[in-house]
Amino acid sequence: MNSMNPLDIYQRMADEAKSREEAKTEKTRILVGTATCGVAAGALKVRDEFVKGIEKKGLDAEVIEVGCMGHCYAEPMAVIAKPGFPPMCYGKLDDGLVNRLVEDYLAGDDPCYEYALAALERNDVFPTFEDFPRGVHEEKLILGQCGYIDAGDINSFLARDGYSALAKALEDEPLAVLNEVKAANLRGRGGAGFPAGDKWEACLSSSENEKYVICNADEGDPGAFMDRSILESDPHLVIEGMVLCAYAIGAQKGYLYIRAEYPRAVRHVQQAIDQARQMGLLGNAILGTKFNFDLEVFQGSGAFVCGEATALVNSMEGKMGLPESRPPRLAQKGYRGKPTILNNVKTFAYVPLIIRNGADWFKSIGTPDSPGTAVFSLVGKVVNTGLVEVPMGTTLRQLIYEVGDGLPNAKEFKAVQIGGPSGGCLPESALDVPIDFDSLHDAGAIMGSGGLVVMDQDDCMVAVARYFLEFTQHESCGKCTFCRLGTKHMLDILTDITDGKGTMESLTLLEELAEDVRDGSLCNLGRTAPNPVLTTLKYFRDEYRAHIEEGRCPALVCRDLILYYIKPPKCSKLCNVCVGSCPTEAIFTREDGLKEIDQEKCVKCDNCLKACPPEYNAIVKLSPPVLPKEKEGAVK
Amino acid sequence: MSREIWITIDQKKIKANEGDRLLWVALENDIYIPHLCAIKDEERPNAGCRLCFVEIVGYKNPVTSCTKVVQDGMIVKTRSPRIDRLIKTGFELILSDHNLKCRECPANKNCALQEIASKRKIKLQQRRFKPITREFEIDESPEVFAFDRSRCVLCGQCIWADREKAKVGAIGFTRRGINRAVTTFKDIPLAESICTQCTLCVDACPVGALYYKKEVRED
Repeated sequence: MNSMNPLDIYQRMADEAKSREEAKTEKTRILVGTATCGVAAGALKVRDEFVKGIEKKGLDAEVIEVGCMGHCYAEPMAVIAKPGFPPMCYGKLDDGLVNRLVEDYLAGDDPCYEYALAALERNDVFPTFEDFPRGVHEEKLILGQCGYIDAGDINSFLARDGYSALAKALEDEPLAVLNEVKAANLRGRGGAGFPAGDKWEACLSSSENEKYVICNADEGDPGAFMDRSILESDPHLVIEGMVLCAYAIGAQKGYLYIRAEYPRAVRHVQQAIDQARQMGLLGNAILGTKFNFDLEVFQGSGAFVCGEATALVNSMEGKMGLPESRPPRLAQKGYRGKPTILNNVKTFAYVPLIIRNGADWFKSIGTPDSPGTAVFSLVGKVVNTGLVEVPMGTTLRQLIYEVGDGLPNAKEFKAVQIGGPSGGCLPESALDVPIDFDSLHDAGAIMGSGGLVVMDQDDCMVAVARYFLEFTQHESCGKCTFCRLGTKHMLDILTDITDGKGTMESLTLLEELAEDVRDGSLCNLGRTAPNPVLTTLKYFRDEYRAHIEEGRCPALVCRDLILYYIKPPKCSKLCNVCVGSCPTEAIFTREDGLKEIDQEKCVKCDNCLKACPPEYNAIVKLSPPVLPKEKEGAVK
Repeated sequence: MSREIWITIDQKKIKANEGDRLLWVALENDIYIPHLCAIKDEERPNAGCRLCFVEIVGYKNPVTSCTKVVQDGMIVKTRSPRIDRLIKTGFELILSDHNLKCRECPANKNCALQEIASKRKIKLQQRRFKPITREFEIDESPEVFAFDRSRCVLCGQCIWADREKAKVGAIGFTRRGINRAVTTFKDIPLAESICTQCTLCVDACPVGALYYKKEVRED
């Protein structure tokens, strides 16, 4: 008997990882956030600039790429961890700032506090993220390590107790994992909130030998990027969750269905799988046990409906990505006709934490019926856009005003669209709704995948409903009558209203049709597509009426219902900025020197309004599009 | 042999076999439920036409009877204001995308849409939705039959006949959303495809989209 138990094998692995990681901390490290949000903001250039600066100065410092810390508003970001100083985070970096940091902090000893965002550890000199109002509300479970660990190095994950839940689980019966997940009342984070444990149990009870575990990473909602960020920033957490699930239900093979538009996520996950396999954490005889399980990445081609479970499986089987009627559920008959567990990225990510810390710990966070946290990508008209994680039960108001720091430019809040394109638009009066699966559903929205778009006074709710419906109509697979044709007619009616061609009868028809599409569609794409329409009709009907009855767009958005006008008393005769800004030469100088817009030529591009110097502020939008009679004096 | 069970549809006690699907139990007992896409032998119902809604006691929402497996003691209603509204809307949506020149249609008086309209007292003209008009070229390439997409309701009966009965596989669904269509690989004319012109698809079409050419019928 010289075989080692999984915990021993794991411990040796983790100890080695820890000493490696510790060795790294002896020299200066620069952690650059290169998740997609960072890259989009220019993080790769920042990374290169750091490397160049370090080489030029001949410094002993290492540049490491990490994921997203959630503060996407401040990208590109980097953390400088220099021995003797608290690790400091710097945001909105550019070449100049990087050079300054290299010069003063890396080569010198001045941490340049004037450019620092926050410290990462408590200290006597600079506040940490936890000291922000945002930090008070945030409780990071599955985002806890995002942006802090090197997604490309498994040791970085192992050194922070990564895979310890797996080692612990392998010491015990598979049923123990299931029982813990069930006791934790973990609800699926794909949107509907179905209890994960119940799903797993249904799969476990199947007598089939061949079973599959699939991670749904087909996130595709406009404005949502939670799953992408987790996969880019902490892929091993999701992998560990999938291995635990496979152990619990007795699966040997799993897939991560990631949309191909997420190349960084695909790359990071693939890298993580390879490393985990190399370490014996995936593949045959995991951690020296008889348990075999392997993972593969499947790249989806980006049809929104493929996020629907049955459509996803069809697409994996090489068929068209169309949804199927249920039952049978995937847990009974899924991929290749075998029992399959399909969970969202976030759902799997919670599993290692639940196994590590226990169901009671998980249930102590959030609300009794929705334990744990909610992860949102907070976007739109909000100061601190980014990835946030708060306990379930936090109100929308806290999330928008404290975590997100409110709306920029002193604009008034109008609505929040929650749950992606098929979520609902909730008004000011709903801001005190606690965020959990059931409360949101009652308010007419859904948790959905966690997209959260804040809208202000400049957003037209009819146009917003039209925008989201255009998305779902475009993404409808066309299989069922209500979704294929219902969303098409709904979109046509909405378009008419925004074009000023709506009638009150068409509004009634829109509402009835929306209800029928909700009740009649085959899958959840169609069933939830009417949500933006139904909620805007419920909470913002006045705006619809203004469009129809007065030919007026209150938010001054719908192009056919507005015109641009230069107020004569405000126009400076000497300034020509608006004339130069106009792409269609619609603005001309009158005989009296004032500027005027030729309404026939105007394409309502908004350039002139933006160009008019704030000291004049002479250009306004008017709705309904009727020119005012100019006062005699002003014309002369 | 599967177990015999009893269910109630519209207050009528009906004997059924365990595992049967509700739509077929009803139809075989002369209880009409509108349907276009349902195929009895299909292992997993397509459930795409969304016309066979019924209400079942104990269920919050209407369900499609083609997907529902009967259970002992099940109580079903095929008519109710809620169901009638849903079916009417579904039907009108289909009509909004259907060439409604019935008098010119070879399936006139032998059409599933006309049957639904007459049985459910729904007009074959709908005024609620703007008709979706698109130009389609009629594929007249086969010798004895033709395919007019402007009449196709996308029920998939022809595809089933082509694949499961004829075992050919010349046609299938392509494209997404509003552009979903029944067509050949690469949209080539049927006669140039692997179609054997067995005409089983024509016999399966419940409307006048696939039809025998006139001169042939007169022979």
